[in-house]
Amino acid sequence: MDSVEALVAHIQGLSGNPAEISHLHSILKQSEETLRAHASNLAPYIDQLQPSTHSLGYLYLLEAYSCGPVPRENVSSFHACVVGFINSCSAEQIRIVPEKFISLCKRFKDQVIQHQLPIQAVAPFMTAVRKLQSSHEQLTALHSDYLLLCLLSKCYKAGTGILNDEILEIDQPRDFFLYCYYGGMINIGLKQFRKALECFHNVVTAPMTPINAIAIEAYKKYILVSLIHQGQIPTFPKYTASSAQRSLKSYAQCYVELANCYATGKYSELKAFIQSNMEKFQSDNNLGLVKQVLSSLYKRNIQRLTQTYLTLSLQDIAKAVHLSTSKEAEMRVLQMIQGGDIFATINQKDGMVSFHEDPEQYKTCEMILQIDSSIQRLMGLSQKLTAIEEHISCDPVYVTKIGRERPRFDFDDFDSVPHKFL
Amino acid sequence: MEADDDVALEPMSDETMIPNGTDEVEDQLRPRSGRRDAMSGEQIDIEAYASLYTERTKISRLLFIADQCGNQSMQLEALRMAYDEIRKGEDSHLYRQVVQKIGAGLGPNYEFDQSWADIIDRRAEQRKEKLENELNGYRTNLIKESIRMGYNDFGDFYFAHGQLGDAFKNYVRTRDYCTTSKHIIQMCLNVILTSIELGQFMHVSNYVSKAEQTPDSLDPITIAKLRCAAGLAHLEAKKYKLAARKFLETSPELGNNYSEVISPQDVATYGGLCALASFDRTELKNKVIDNVSFRNFLELVPEVRELINDFYASRYASCLDYLDNLKPNLLLDIHLHEHVETLYTQIRHKAIIQYTHPFISVDLPTMASAFKTTVAGLQSELEALITENQIQARIDSHNKILYARHTDQRNSTFQRALQTGVEFEREVRAMLLRANLIKHEHNQRAARKL
Repeated sequence: MDSVEALVAHIQGLSGNPAEISHLHSILKQSEETLRAHASNLAPYIDQLQPSTHSLGYLYLLEAYSCGPVPRENVSSFHACVVGFINSCSAEQIRIVPEKFISLCKRFKDQVIQHQLPIQAVAPFMTAVRKLQSSHEQLTALHSDYLLLCLLSKCYKAGTGILNDEILEIDQPRDFFLYCYYGGMINIGLKQFRKALECFHNVVTAPMTPINAIAIEAYKKYILVSLIHQGQIPTFPKYTASSAQRSLKSYAQCYVELANCYATGKYSELKAFIQSNMEKFQSDNNLGLVKQVLSSLYKRNIQRLTQTYLTLSLQDIAKAVHLSTSKEAEMRVLQMIQGGDIFATINQKDGMVSFHEDPEQYKTCEMILQIDSSIQRLMGLSQKLTAIEEHISCDPVYVTKIGRERPRFDFDDFDSVPHKFL
Repeated sequence: MEADDDVALEPMSDETMIPNGTDEVEDQLRPRSGRRDAMSGEQIDIEAYASLYTERTKISRLLFIADQCGNQSMQLEALRMAYDEIRKGEDSHLYRQVVQKIGAGLGPNYEFDQSWADIIDRRAEQRKEKLENELNGYRTNLIKESIRMGYNDFGDFYFAHGQLGDAFKNYVRTRDYCTTSKHIIQMCLNVILTSIELGQFMHVSNYVSKAEQTPDSLDPITIAKLRCAAGLAHLEAKKYKLAARKFLETSPELGNNYSEVISPQDVATYGGLCALASFDRTELKNKVIDNVSFRNFLELVPEVRELINDFYASRYASCLDYLDNLKPNLLLDIHLHEHVETLYTQIRHKAIIQYTHPFISVDLPTMASAFKTTVAGLQSELEALITENQIQARIDSHNKILYARHTDQRNSTFQRALQTGVEFEREVRAMLLRANLIKHEHNQRAARKL
């Protein structure tokens, strides 16, 4: 017990400047064993520390404390403690030992989920993610957990903040897979199918040597979302990992068949197919999405009509897309006009729908602003690309490798490579 | 030796006819215009039709008609002629088949003649033995030319007896012993003939190109034969445009010289229909209507000539009429029957597209009457074509008018540019992500090595 007291004293004494903190860090590392041994009795000591100033020590103690089983009566106080720590801890200090912070947060998440209170952890996790990452481009191990919490508590909007960041730095492929998978699901929840598709696309086409379960599940959803959004499944781009190209389809056989059935454009057939494979979709937890696929077929068929017709009676629309009444057809068309999917007017007097061309003339200020902003974005992106290219072409390993692979006797080529790298 | 001389002499005698010009060829063909009635009438005139062909193809065509026509009297007529034709040849196997098909339908004259079959079989046995002995002799003496002849005789023998697979093998074997390009041409033509009878059109196109690669210039009749064979091969492969080109290149010197495969009437029909289905307007004008040599063929089948002219002059109703009249007979054609439906749909689509092309708005009832269909039927046809983006137009189903659709270039350019921008952005992001993942994996592997 004395050793813990001494440790607390050390923490209190050595949290002033960076030099002291690094000293403290080494002390804490050595006493990790002791802390674990006293895990269950740490609660009173934790109270003696200030989370904002003694972040590093606080983190060590709290992490050790969370290792053991937290007694039921202390759960809420433990939660309050962790939330308080996440909110007030200093980012510099916790980044010294990110693995501790991550494991603490993960345990917190498990607890919250276990007690079915995921919504409690959403806000603290957002703070935790922001404190842990050094830039918004970095993907931390907490990203996927945060998105999972958003999903479980159905706070889809909360997830968008993180999803809108441009992630470029990745530590663990697994985090990335989960991040994209959950991100896709959140976007489905928000009906942002384009973004969802992007997320799943990233998972499906990510480099992977053995195929993984996350990719398979993502591929299933990828098929469904592409059907809703585009009406067909895009083929694998050639950079897709060969293992994925080979075997993903066979793992998602049922979904590929669904897509084939969708391509025929026949509502009754699709419905029958879904009926007969209901259990499969249910067990994959994709039944809701599948139902959305079914209803999107109406939309797709009506959209196809706009390509062909200038005017068409509601009755004919109903007949063409296999709706039972013209009333229903009117509702569908109305919804699509509202949603901006088609441009049309309904004449209720004689039940005629006139389809129009896209009225966008690309002349408005808003449109020009939008174009300008996307030009700016692309310019930024291309600068980034140039920078990366420069970085790679200066990389000694790369240059020696390239130099070696060139034809030996072509002296002109050698000249373009700086001699010190050869 | 004798057989070789015969084959070699044949083209020579034809060559002497060429200087007399095409008129003679035409004269030669005109009396046979019995086909004219055969094509336009409700029922094909089998006698006239069969007279256009010789050898094996005559029999196969007759048998094909018997199988397909579904008309008792016509079937028996075809079988009777096939029977007569087979009796002239030596194929006892085919003979048995045909007799079985005829049954008792044609009276006592067309029953199975056991003695004839026996004689034929016995003679075949003897001949085969003789050929074998001869070939063995040649092979021990290693006389190249004689070995080639031996194999060639074997090929002829098997061909006559209906063992086409063996005939094919033997003809191909002569290839190693060919010394002059005349031999090569002969070999190729034999192989082509056998392959067409076998229905293996891959070989046909192979050997056509082989024959065309021979260094010596070929005589016009051989060229015409090769063009026809190539056209047939393309037709079977459903490459209608290429088939049309080959048939159109066929020179009228072909005459009746290739009646063991194709008649000049067929060249006109196949070439004309394939051209209609696959050529655009200018091509049709330049390569078909203004094609002097192909006109000779078209004269033989006036219906096809008329329908092509009608099509070009946008008289679709009469064009479609001609097509409808031709259809039952074309379905009885051994080579074309499979493709009739496809070609007809393609021609019809072409006609519809061509009809709508020059107008900003088209009145659907008028158009429907031009195409002899109902407005609803036309509407669904148009719908299909618009969906396939073959016609740029939209239907006003309220007023039954078709409006041409002119895309606003400016707007569509904006739309495309924005779309491309968005896609590029997404692609680049995804690429950077993948690059990072690969980098990570690389690092991990490096770390493991250390």
